[in-house]
Amino acid sequence: MSVAPAEVERPEADEDVVPDTPWVTIVWNDPVNLMSYVTYVFQKVFGYAKPRAEKLMLDVHHKGKAVVSSGTRESMERDAEILHGYGLWATVSHDR
Amino acid sequence: MSDPGEYGDAPEIAEEIMAGFRRTTRGVSARFSSGQAGIIRNLVAQVAELVGGAGAAEPPPAGGPAERGEAAGEGLPVDLAAILAMDGPAAPPEDPVLARLLPDAYGDDPEAAGEFRRYTELGLRSGKVAAARTVLATLPSDGGRVRLSAGDAEAWLRSLNDVRLALGVVLGISEDYEHEFRELGPEDQRGAYLHVYDWLTFLQESLVRALR
Repeated sequence: MSVAPAEVERPEADEDVVPDTPWVTIVWNDPVNLMSYVTYVFQKVFGYAKPRAEKLMLDVHHKGKAVVSSGTRESMERDAEILHGYGLWATVSHDR
Repeated sequence: MSDPGEYGDAPEIAEEIMAGFRRTTRGVSARFSSGQAGIIRNLVAQVAELVGGAGAAEPPPAGGPAERGEAAGEGLPVDLAAILAMDGPAAPPEDPVLARLLPDAYGDDPEAAGEFRRYTELGLRSGKVAAARTVLATLPSDGGRVRLSAGDAEAWLRSLNDVRLALGVVLGISEDYEHEFRELGPEDQRGAYLHVYDWLTFLQESLVRALR
């Protein structure tokens, strides 16, 4: 899975970006959140293009969870806080 | 996650009672019967009071409809964290609905989860209350046409989602709930709420699509 920091220019497709500070935000699957809504939230919160947002949504749906952003602990906590505002089940972790 | 496209009958049920949100030249729009408006207002207010405490669904004392925009903004009367200038709790809520609406940010580190919660929970609660108040302020209690600005539509999305999350916990919604709930007898009250849940799913889906 491709992992990109939340606040850099959008990486080239399929380019893996390995951050210096490997904290990640993970979104977990749940039976209520709509697939279309989760895609919308990823686009809105992270500025991801629709194909990337949809791929992450499908990873959450099929694999049970997906790393949606990576970077410093502080920025991951900010991401989780925003995602909680949208009702997504997000956690922060180190060394996923 | 769920996709109403997977459930053949949900859109049909919903279309009997409403057409959902549509994009128009003047923003997204939907029409509600008074019964539908009552259901939404009731559930949205319940979630607001659960999250924000008794009276949270009421508009701020000085705020009439004209000041609604302020109430939905940041750092204004609904911002409990700013008013109280204090930290939130460190322990997760015992109420299962609240625990879903205000989840732990660290699954395996209670100390870090508590610290995160201490600094974020009041803001999260006030954001959810603000979204609920936007719905209550834009949806007439007797129904009718609702036209939403981009900001109001975003609040509706979040608020409808919070209501669905709450109903999901109460009803025990699972990935294949439609299969499980087919077994419900007519005396089981969850049946009626399940129809409401399915309708709100349709409504939220139509709003997401209208915003694209």
